[in-house]
Amino acid sequence: MMRLPAFRYRAARTIADAAAWLAESPAETMLIAGGTDVLPKMKRRQQTPTTLIGLRGIRELADIRNGNGFTIGAGVTLSNLLAHPAMRASYPGLFHAIAQIATPHLRNMGTIGGNLCLDTRCTYYDQTYEWRKAIDFCLKKDGERCWVATSSPKCLAVSSTDTAPVLLALGASVTLVSSVGLRVIPVGDLFASDGMHYLTRRPDEILTTITLPSAEGWRSAYWKLRRRGSFDFPVAAAASAAKLDGLDVVDVRIVLGAVASRPVECHAAATVLKGQRLTDQRIADAAAVASEVAKPMDNTDYELVWRKSMVRTLVSHALHEIRGDDMSGRRRQLARQQLLALT
Amino acid sequence: MKIRLTCAVNDEPVDLLAEDYKTLLEVLREDLGLTGTKHGCELGECGACAVLVDGEPVLSCLLLAVESEGRRIETVEGLAREGRLHPLQESFADLGAAQCGYCIPGMLMTAKALLAREPHPSRERICEALSGNLCRCTGYLQIVEAVEAAAKSADRETPIEAP
Amino acid sequence: MTSRTSRVIGRARRRVDARAKVTGQTRFADDIMLPRMLHCRLLRSTQPHAQIVAIDVSKATAVEGVHLVLTGKDLPVPYGILPVSNDEHALCPDKVRFVGDPVAAVVARDEVTAGYAAQQIDVSYEPLRTFASPADSLAHDEPRIHDYGDHGNVHKAVALQFGDVDAAIAGADHVFDDVFFFEGSTHLPIEQHATVALKDPDGKLVVYSSTQTPHYLHRALAKALEMPAAHIRVIATPNGGGFGGKSDPFNHEIVVAKAALLLDRPVKICLSREEVFLCHRGRHPVLMRFRTGVNDDGTIAGMDLQTLLDGGAYGSYGVASTFYTGALQTVTYNIPRYRFRGCRVFTNKPPCGPKRGHGTPQSRFGQEVQLDKVAEHLRVDPAEFRLGIVVPPDSLTANYMRVKTIGLADCIRRVVERSQWKDKFRKLPLGRGVGLACSSYLSGAGLPIYWNDMPHSGVQLKLDRSGGVTAFCGATEIGQGSDDVLVGLIAEVLGIDPFDVRAVTGDTDLTPVDLGSYSSRVTLMMGNAAIQAAERAREIVASVVSDRLEIRPDRIVFADRRVFDRERPEHGLTFQEAVCLAEAKFGTVGTVGSYTPPKSPGHYKGGGVGPTPTYSYSASVVEVEVDPQTGWITVPRVWIAHDIGCALNPTLVRGQIEGAVYMGLGEALMEEQAFRRLPPRLSGALVHKFPSILEYKSPTSLDMPEIFTDLIEHPDPEGPFGAKEVGQGPLLPIMPAVANAVYDAVGVRVDQIPVTPEKIVRALQAKAAGKPARSGPAAFPDIDWPEPLLVAPPWENGDGRATNEKKRSAKVVVRS
Repeated sequence: MMRLPAFRYRAARTIADAAAWLAESPAETMLIAGGTDVLPKMKRRQQTPTTLIGLRGIRELADIRNGNGFTIGAGVTLSNLLAHPAMRASYPGLFHAIAQIATPHLRNMGTIGGNLCLDTRCTYYDQTYEWRKAIDFCLKKDGERCWVATSSPKCLAVSSTDTAPVLLALGASVTLVSSVGLRVIPVGDLFASDGMHYLTRRPDEILTTITLPSAEGWRSAYWKLRRRGSFDFPVAAAASAAKLDGLDVVDVRIVLGAVASRPVECHAAATVLKGQRLTDQRIADAAAVASEVAKPMDNTDYELVWRKSMVRTLVSHALHEIRGDDMSGRRRQLARQQLLALT
Repeated sequence: MKIRLTCAVNDEPVDLLAEDYKTLLEVLREDLGLTGTKHGCELGECGACAVLVDGEPVLSCLLLAVESEGRRIETVEGLAREGRLHPLQESFADLGAAQCGYCIPGMLMTAKALLAREPHPSRERICEALSGNLCRCTGYLQIVEAVEAAAKSADRETPIEAP
Repeated sequence: MTSRTSRVIGRARRRVDARAKVTGQTRFADDIMLPRMLHCRLLRSTQPHAQIVAIDVSKATAVEGVHLVLTGKDLPVPYGILPVSNDEHALCPDKVRFVGDPVAAVVARDEVTAGYAAQQIDVSYEPLRTFASPADSLAHDEPRIHDYGDHGNVHKAVALQFGDVDAAIAGADHVFDDVFFFEGSTHLPIEQHATVALKDPDGKLVVYSSTQTPHYLHRALAKALEMPAAHIRVIATPNGGGFGGKSDPFNHEIVVAKAALLLDRPVKICLSREEVFLCHRGRHPVLMRFRTGVNDDGTIAGMDLQTLLDGGAYGSYGVASTFYTGALQTVTYNIPRYRFRGCRVFTNKPPCGPKRGHGTPQSRFGQEVQLDKVAEHLRVDPAEFRLGIVVPPDSLTANYMRVKTIGLADCIRRVVERSQWKDKFRKLPLGRGVGLACSSYLSGAGLPIYWNDMPHSGVQLKLDRSGGVTAFCGATEIGQGSDDVLVGLIAEVLGIDPFDVRAVTGDTDLTPVDLGSYSSRVTLMMGNAAIQAAERAREIVASVVSDRLEIRPDRIVFADRRVFDRERPEHGLTFQEAVCLAEAKFGTVGTVGSYTPPKSPGHYKGGGVGPTPTYSYSASVVEVEVDPQTGWITVPRVWIAHDIGCALNPTLVRGQIEGAVYMGLGEALMEEQAFRRLPPRLSGALVHKFPSILEYKSPTSLDMPEIFTDLIEHPDPEGPFGAKEVGQGPLLPIMPAVANAVYDAVGVRVDQIPVTPEKIVRALQAKAAGKPARSGPAAFPDIDWPEPLLVAPPWENGDGRATNEKKRSAKVVVRS
């Protein structure tokens, strides 16, 4: 069977401890919360940190506070977050996203912080060492060339987090703590358009909290495309959050997932809708405009041309759902589950 | 390097030294001789290694031994109590849920946690709960029916009847 | 037929190994932990096709904790499952033929050390041309991947002709000419292959392995290790899924056996999931062309089938697979004249072999989809069309396959009725559709893998004074329930409880040969052998009871653990007493039973692939929903009827059918053993696209439809209590039924597997642009076929022999 390489494990009890240890040798240290991303990568030798800092024992990372807005500790497991009443009631888009991550077991183990920081993925990269050796490795790890697009100067691995697009659409911010300080940034600023250096989090920083603004007046939805009803990462996704006054769009955000190395916000599509009535035609127009910024590469399941064409469908579904249309039939078709209907 | 691991496995105390790179899966099978927990991929992609930790279904291939410290672990070996099979084991055996049997320990433990949370799950809820356990033999139907039957029998203490 | 008094057979029962499986006590190969056990890891080629220039193992040998390093020179004798293609070495001695081909092995104190040491081995390769597809292999004869085969990189090309098919097609009212493609897929058993080898205290080699074919492994080990087979013991551990993927003798099995012999310590290997993809031996990707002449009256005039198989890097079962792509076309519908030409080529990919259905699902897909097109053209309901041409029972086909019972018509009628086909076919709104397809499969291959005249299955019974019975048989439990069939039949015949019977199976030291769990042979062949052994035992016991009770033996009944007078039931003995009586009179009571299939009437070369004691039949209706905008396809319902003869244990039968439907849906919609060829100007690499159980898509519990199963039970005299196979047949109709349903739903043909949204959308776009509303291969290549063997069909005065076969020298018996 596949086994982990050697590593040193340090169990942190406080964020300060973890930050201090991380600062000792950030390049060779990784954080482990749920372990559902880092351990498979280690078994395949995609990542070989000499030290793992365990965050499981840090109580404050597992806090959820519902006050003016909603503050989630990065260490909250996906299952626990899913079970929180505020998810269904106030942030259904986030509920949709989390409910479709991986499998029940992995949601019991994985954390919201882990999903937000999920490594970008690629069919040339998420492979064993022996497989990657047979292709002379790739740009992201140990090699010189991106095999997705052989003349690409940068890595084209795809953002595969389900929560990031929704959190972006919801206007969330994240807190990053290091041994030298703390900063809060909008979630969109956490990501960079580079498959290798996909997070702006410094190597010595720990993402500790995700803060959601109040959901008052906002409706949200998340639609995920994947082959099966569970296990699979997104191959395209649309997240949207909108503030409606009746059927008039006061404000809206549309964010695409799994079509680039980072979540992509569709400003032009939002412009089509802002201040307008959310009619079928406007939804269709916005969806068409949104799909124009989607440039998926051949780095996941399904053909990229079809994935791109599906972006339009996903954005459209999200907007219809936000409008209050009954999308349960479509939802069941795509998600293979009856997720929460928007209230 | 070895680490000391103390925890409870099937309600019995465990105190052993294990290699620090091992996952709970490896400790269960290789250090405790509890080979009932299986492995199909070791990467969290099949569910064969599912066990309960503090009552929750998790994948033992992705849980470090060192992070199992102090926790309450349940495996398939602990399902039968006082010489009697668990209702899930009875129903799985009677209703054809086990063909090759390899995915079954993971299915049983996941189903056990489901019934503890939701004593009367709908068929849809059962499918969702087991959506992280792959099976290549059954097509899942007889497994789902066995979970339904176990729920009913635990309810009414009636014996399970094969169709 | 199970009589009204049957106690065991025909009843839904807890299978005999259920308790072990639900308590986690079943001992799979990797569960075996022995004192002083060492661990092995293989080093595999990272080149798709290359000469091995040098291997330097010195750094590996020096790693602390390493006990042994082996390379190709340590295991020079080739082997392979088929005698005609013993083209494998446990470790490649001079060249590698696919990424993953094993070149070295390290045995160390633990897996981590073995793996680390393996990475220290330096192999230098001289790359050769990469053959990525059959087109490459047909275009380039050099360099040859193998030194044998028809020519160049063509492994085998066969051509068989039964009647003047060209005249038949030329004279038909309509000719249909279709090309289809069926992508490769793999078995994906949840249990990875594992083997433990050791020298037992007496110095004999013992090999525990997750294998479906312990007997063939036994022979291969004797050959490769150059040892007498009598000093080797192979024990097949229960397989955690096989589906054909554990039926070849494997590199890792031979390597650990060799290591155990050299080190005199137990050696274990357990493959990683990726390595299981590399072992493969799965579904051949097949390109096929069907030219079929059909008449207005709904009869088929003739069929001309060509198939091109992508064999991968080694022979495996490939020659048989090639014949299988053409053997069973004739056993469902009347085809008076038939030509089959099949060609298997080598490529630099993991070798293909037998996967559930073994070569027949691919051509069955083409046949059933083409039939759908035929029915549409003739404006006939597809079910009615098929009913009109179903092969009669007890008949011979054009290619000399003997059909015994055939419940196909009943299967068709049943699924038509249950699915409300007539209210749905061509009547559902756009985006919803139903499709029908049928199939057939063998209940065991008529010939063994190596030529011999010995039985295909043997069962020995030991009747103990305790009243217990032990049954010994070489059959292997791979999840299909073979242990339960064995025990159930014996319990039924002897009138005892299944729990009184102990099954000892799959152990070459203890059990008589059974050829293994492949070609759906076990229920029929082991079953018949078991019944024979049990009836002989019953006869022995009945004779002493007859004396004791002073009644004729034909009045004696065995039931409820008693042996008694039918006319005075209270007058009798317990089974235990009866056995003791028999032992007192005759000595130790033991019997044997065996089974050899009847000889086939086809005496032409290649005629040995396809025959079986009896065929099973299946029919399925699949309902699909297809979004006409996006091509998104879901399957809400599947109806399936299977002509099983007799369901020995309905619980197990249902499980096999549903499992086959599940696997069929996986192939129909999402499974692909696909490969990636890097841009040739940049790299020679040819790698498996996604050798992980995450990226190789198999359906989850959320992806399953409702399945409605029906059994057609017309007992077949060839089978034990009339039983036919059920492990493979029900898989076959699913893939074509899905494709046919898609056409009903959105009016486009997907002439290839898997049926995916992208292909549906392409076909819809083509339709919208006024082009043929189809997604599928464009053409079938021109292949330099050999001269076909000409065999006149039975109704044209044929005798089963080729009229133009070259005279062959007297056959030499193959020594083992």
